[in-house]
Amino acid sequence: MTALRSFAPPIVAAVLLIAPFTGWLPDYWVTLFNYIGISSLVAIGLVLLTGVGGMTSFGQSAFVGFGAYTTGVLTVHFGISPWLTLPVALLVTMAIAAAVGAVTVRLSGHYLPLATIAWGIAFFYLFGNISWLGAHDGLPGIPALRVGSHQLIDPKEYFVVVWVAVVLAVIATQNLLNGRVGRAVRALRRSTRAAEAFGVNTAGAKLMVFVYAAMLAGLAGWLYAHFQRSVSPGPFGVVAGTEYLLMAVLGGAGRVYGAILGAAGITVLRDQLQNLLPWLFGHTGNFESIAYGAVLVLVLQTASNGLWPILFGPPPPPKPPTPRDGNQLPTKVLPAPGVRLLQVQDARKTFGGLVAVNDVNFEVESSRIIGLIGPNGAGKSTTFNLITGALPLTSGAIAFEGHPLQTQTPQRAAALGLGRTFQHVEIVPDMSVIENVALGANLLGHAGVFRAMLKLDRAEEAMLFATARRQLERVGLADVAMQPAGTLALGQLRLVEVARALCLNPILLLLDEPAAGLRVGEKKALAKLLREVRSEGVSVLLVEHDMDFVMSLADHLVVLDFGTKIAEGVPADIRKNPAVLEAYLGGVS
Amino acid sequence: MDTTIFLFLLQDGVINGAVYALVAIALVLVFAVTRVIFVPQGEFVAFAALTVAALEHGIAPSTPWLLLALGILAAISDIVWHFRDLTWKRILRIAVFDLALPVALLLLTQALAPMKLGQVVNILLAIALITPMGPMIYRIAFEPLAHSTVLVLLMAAFGVHFSLIGLGLVFFGPEGSGTTPLSSASFSLGDLVVTGQSVAVLIVTAVLLVLFALFFGRTLLGKALRACSSNRIGARLVGIPTSVAGQFSFAIAALLGAVSGILVGPLMTVFYDSGFLIGLKAFVAAIIGGLVSYPLTVIAALGVGFAEALFSFWASNFKEVLVFTLIIPVLAWRSIYAPYHEESE
Repeated sequence: MTALRSFAPPIVAAVLLIAPFTGWLPDYWVTLFNYIGISSLVAIGLVLLTGVGGMTSFGQSAFVGFGAYTTGVLTVHFGISPWLTLPVALLVTMAIAAAVGAVTVRLSGHYLPLATIAWGIAFFYLFGNISWLGAHDGLPGIPALRVGSHQLIDPKEYFVVVWVAVVLAVIATQNLLNGRVGRAVRALRRSTRAAEAFGVNTAGAKLMVFVYAAMLAGLAGWLYAHFQRSVSPGPFGVVAGTEYLLMAVLGGAGRVYGAILGAAGITVLRDQLQNLLPWLFGHTGNFESIAYGAVLVLVLQTASNGLWPILFGPPPPPKPPTPRDGNQLPTKVLPAPGVRLLQVQDARKTFGGLVAVNDVNFEVESSRIIGLIGPNGAGKSTTFNLITGALPLTSGAIAFEGHPLQTQTPQRAAALGLGRTFQHVEIVPDMSVIENVALGANLLGHAGVFRAMLKLDRAEEAMLFATARRQLERVGLADVAMQPAGTLALGQLRLVEVARALCLNPILLLLDEPAAGLRVGEKKALAKLLREVRSEGVSVLLVEHDMDFVMSLADHLVVLDFGTKIAEGVPADIRKNPAVLEAYLGGVS
Repeated sequence: MDTTIFLFLLQDGVINGAVYALVAIALVLVFAVTRVIFVPQGEFVAFAALTVAALEHGIAPSTPWLLLALGILAAISDIVWHFRDLTWKRILRIAVFDLALPVALLLLTQALAPMKLGQVVNILLAIALITPMGPMIYRIAFEPLAHSTVLVLLMAAFGVHFSLIGLGLVFFGPEGSGTTPLSSASFSLGDLVVTGQSVAVLIVTAVLLVLFALFFGRTLLGKALRACSSNRIGARLVGIPTSVAGQFSFAIAALLGAVSGILVGPLMTVFYDSGFLIGLKAFVAAIIGGLVSYPLTVIAALGVGFAEALFSFWASNFKEVLVFTLIIPVLAWRSIYAPYHEESE
């Protein structure tokens, strides 16, 4: 069954790609295949944007329009060769997407899809009202593509052009998703905080995805214009935009091949309905929209993950490259033991009238394990978030290796060598464990979008994955490296977070309740690991509730209560400190 | 632009804005109670106007057939989703509300339509036919998705919009129509001619808004709905059935949509798909109100109406472009000052 599931898609794909050239398939179906291919390009972009990046767009059809109108205007009004207009169409789409995206991707939650609806409608009316775009009548007489003097008018010939584009888009998109930038993008939807903590510029990553998806739509528009040989505003409205979204959702949001399945499903459904419904209702009209709506609602109600996972199962495990010649990433030069690393001076954080952290002072020296303890609500996690830049300081100062962290951002903290874990685990559940860990090494790599798309990043990727594997072995999770992270238990996920933080090559490791949810054996193993890390010269700042764990491990403890530091010193003294005893056990007045 | 034109545009804008306000507060209500961004709200407007138009011509409208179709779908959906816990009570409810009520309204419409009983009967009949569609749509499309994210619900709302537009074409046909004004009186106010219809629109809108405020401020049911909107789980824990609250909010939305349709009918030629643009413009207002504040939404709706009137005077071709571009800075502003917190999935 599983063998059938994994072999079925390539066999079906091969049969379908060969079918038009056997002569058995009527031209009608070849034409339909061409439209499926063109829609697939838009849907692949949407899979990346919506399914992977978590940004729902109803306006992709507008970018199809920009691609189509650019080539339409240049070929009809200026007589430029269609092949030359392709790069222009892509550049125009890119520029407009960058401008629109710069505003759109910063919108949060449901404001983002609403904005896509708004500009989707605005662009549609713009296309329909500009006279040199032919207004509502559009631009007729767009020339066909030519090879030499031969025009590519036969659907079979155009089939080659369309599907070469689709295959290239699939390969480039898969490569992109499997690379360093792709991992960052895949973390956007479910754990933005984790991505930021490992140096990902989330706004930049979102904009990149937005522009990439728009350019695929622009390419589809160019192909559409030269296949249809005319353009009019109709197919570029919000209705079409929703249709593309439906394709991505139907196929399986987040699955690249699902986009093609969804595009095929919707295109064939529309075609069949256009034949069937007038017969059913007795007169012609736009009846297929009834069925579209119904299909969309039914898919959301019964198969919200789309058809692809139902038909072909979960995604295959990743195939990380292995390094060829023992190349390793350069390791960071750690400071000598006993150097002052982190200085927290009068750090203060207020939320309205509540003082969560009240002028706290403490220091962390290199090669030391510092425990930050205190009862619930003492302000430990807030202090933590101040140091890692997740929250801004109200007043006071924090310095790391002499760099003042006044305008600290999570990304800057990561660049300075602060690796952290989260109190509530921030893991990408549908990504494998090793890829989650490799996200920690994000700042150690340099390969960008283009190197990833062309698969020129393999050597670097091999080194990143070797680091990730090494850290997974250290936390004892090497045997689950290829499993989706969502299948692990909470204790294991905490260790995955520790491994991910170690991947950053940190100078200071900030662990927020790493032992919560761990079994006794796992706690011992973690304590051993942290001692080992300390002996290598890395410092650890530990927020922890498990007193046995923190007392046995820490060199130095800082105790907070109600946001104020009440004691500081070696564990043996803290155990006897009356203020600490009172805070934990209540006073005996 | 002189004062006369300005006053004329202002009047035009305020009338359109008043209609948008009714649609927009329905959107805010539905979103608050069910988290559904109800894109198809405008369809109620168009369908109500078309129903009244048909009745005025003494023709039986297709609306009861549409209602019956929705009722059958709601019955099927209810039975499928509650197959395992199907009680007699539920079956009785389905039989009465989803099947008997539409059939009764169908017979009533068939009987009354040729008699041309006048405006009041036409309006009441249209409201009676449109209002039950709200809860039916909620039960068909949204109740099974009640625990999904706002985005999933938004996509489903688009699905419902497509289906309703298609059904609208089947049941009402492609021809547009207008209805006779509620009042044919008109009087002069300086240079400005004020029509009775515009006064009627303003009065009806104002009365409905006051009733709306009283309902949510003073009645137990209104307070229960508010509780659902601020915390669904909490509301359930104190015994408010969220499904009933959802159906009720959709019923109010359909009712407000029907009234808006009766008000716009005389102002423009309404087609089966005219509701979409009305709904979206109301939507711009609802967003400015943050999908929370009713008074702000009403002010924003008047603003949208006025902006639209100005744009149609200055650059009528680009009216829609400008109205919808207006929403983007608003969204950016809302996004910065009222950041939305990620829902846990």
